[in-house]
Amino acid sequence: MARLRRFLDKIEPQFHKGGPYEKFYALYEMVDTFAYTPSEVTRGSPHVRDGIDLKRTMSFVVLATLPVLMVMLWNTGYQANSAMAAMGMSSLDGWRGWILSTLGIGYDPNSVVGNMFHGLLYFLPMYITTLVAGGICEVIFAAVRNHEVNEGFLVSSMLYTLTLPPSTPLWMVALGIIFGVVIGKEVFGGTGKNFLNPALTGRAFLYFAYPASMSGDAVWNAIDGYSGATPLALAAMGGVEAIKEAGYTWTQTFVGYMPGSIGETSTLAILLGMAFLLYTRIASYRIIFGVFLGMFAMTLLFNLIGSDTNPMFGVPWYWHLTIGGIAFGMVFMATDPVSAAMTNTGRWVYGILIGVMAVLIRVVNPAFPEGIMLAILFANIFAPLIDHFVVQSNIKRRLKRNLAYERN
Amino acid sequence: MASEARENVVNPLFNNNPIMLQVLGICSALAVTTNMMAALMMSIALTAVITFSSLFISMIRHHIPTNIRIIVQMTIIASLVIIVDQMLKAFAYDASKQLSVFVGLIITNCIVLGRAEAYAMKNPPMMSMLDGLGNGLGYSLLLMAVAFFRELLGSGSVFGYQVLAVANEGGWYVPNGMMLLPPSAFFVIGLMIWAVRCWKPEQVEKPEYQIHQVHRTETL
Repeated sequence: MARLRRFLDKIEPQFHKGGPYEKFYALYEMVDTFAYTPSEVTRGSPHVRDGIDLKRTMSFVVLATLPVLMVMLWNTGYQANSAMAAMGMSSLDGWRGWILSTLGIGYDPNSVVGNMFHGLLYFLPMYITTLVAGGICEVIFAAVRNHEVNEGFLVSSMLYTLTLPPSTPLWMVALGIIFGVVIGKEVFGGTGKNFLNPALTGRAFLYFAYPASMSGDAVWNAIDGYSGATPLALAAMGGVEAIKEAGYTWTQTFVGYMPGSIGETSTLAILLGMAFLLYTRIASYRIIFGVFLGMFAMTLLFNLIGSDTNPMFGVPWYWHLTIGGIAFGMVFMATDPVSAAMTNTGRWVYGILIGVMAVLIRVVNPAFPEGIMLAILFANIFAPLIDHFVVQSNIKRRLKRNLAYERN
Repeated sequence: MASEARENVVNPLFNNNPIMLQVLGICSALAVTTNMMAALMMSIALTAVITFSSLFISMIRHHIPTNIRIIVQMTIIASLVIIVDQMLKAFAYDASKQLSVFVGLIITNCIVLGRAEAYAMKNPPMMSMLDGLGNGLGYSLLLMAVAFFRELLGSGSVFGYQVLAVANEGGWYVPNGMMLLPPSAFFVIGLMIWAVRCWKPEQVEKPEYQIHQVHRTETL
């Protein structure tokens, strides 16, 4: 590693003002600070209680996705291999088939390593495309706008990839992240100034631009031509009974071997990531429990009301949590510190708003099977307003207290 | 005189575009730009209305009592809109069906009333007419540009002629469904405003507030 350091130090002057690659300083700075802790220290008196910085915050979120990543790799491969077994396919065509047969891994749905490797062959191209396409946008903006490329992009790109169905074409993956980075973040001034979650903005763009590739029954399996409904879609048609009839148990949806967007299936792995984020205090527990409370209360309400025509009314809260993306959105998307509410009371309100809206969209709106993405974007827009009212009420409360004090 | 006339027509195209700089008349720009034919019809209708409303209002500007000037202006604009609407129904029935209420809504278009209030009430008829024409053309320019991108990306065609071979008919282009939804016009107009302001930096407004910069890279 010392060699890399020496190399970086050697080329550094060329990127400084007046050097030949002055315009690409942001690129240099990005590589340098991704690899090493910067030597720059904070000047002034910032009243630091903990040395946590953007780098650690962001890196820890990426770390927290590790359990999700592990289950996701296995599940994507497992779904693909099971689909191949069901369709009677013995091998894949194309480069994936070539790699799998060269390494002699095979297509056995019972082999853990085989499944994970097969899943990796779908996840890696999507993830690399995201990094390259989004990264190019980031570097261009950083060079022109004279700011830095920071680790926030690593988080956005990871979370964005995890929200996509496994069969998303790569050009679509690239288009989505470019939209997310440029329209969702950079036009507002870059990291810290975006009022929408960039990863979700990109996904929402794809959802509305190419609905045929982002919803329906045919997209949730990596194998072409295999069609299988997600438990969420089943619930929309026939409630919990339909999910059970299709052979999914609650434990299965909790652990996560079912079709769905690649990162959303395993509630168990997401809860592990949540424990890590809460322990390191990177995610706000107020937001997470707010979302849960909102979802819980809204589901109970719908259960009480009941409906003869809409089976979603009867789905209990513990099913809502494990099917679809509510758990993933709750832990990883809603807690984005930039686009969420900033005040503590505001965070409760913001979280509850997300939970209520997510269930409301799922249950009542027949056009959108999944509600969490739109619910979070909706709450993102309201976050500054929520904060405004919290701050104003605080000012009023303190003013009243002061006046009472003066009168005595 | 001639240069002022020229300025009245040319200025609203880019330097003072009613949509891109003044951000007026947005709702029809969202509603009728899914295909270029509808946008063209709308552009012609609005340009005709704004040109003649500016002319007529300017002609009687000394006789309009200040208290009721808006009502008088609206009456003139509304009469013109009705004429345009009837003409469309008579000679281009399909197009008028497609535009539905949006021709009628030209009455409430801020650009028309804005030019009447801001220019035609204070200037002679010929100049007012040219000013109306210029603003109508500025509106049309942007409308056609937005419609071009939305129709091309949303259904792969231009004026109804298939340019990009669409995927479900065996081609390579997968149409972008969002381009057919109204919000996409916001994105397209926003990106155009961005582009024009890069080209003409004097259009950029002063920031309303400045975020205190502490984290700037100091080496640069």
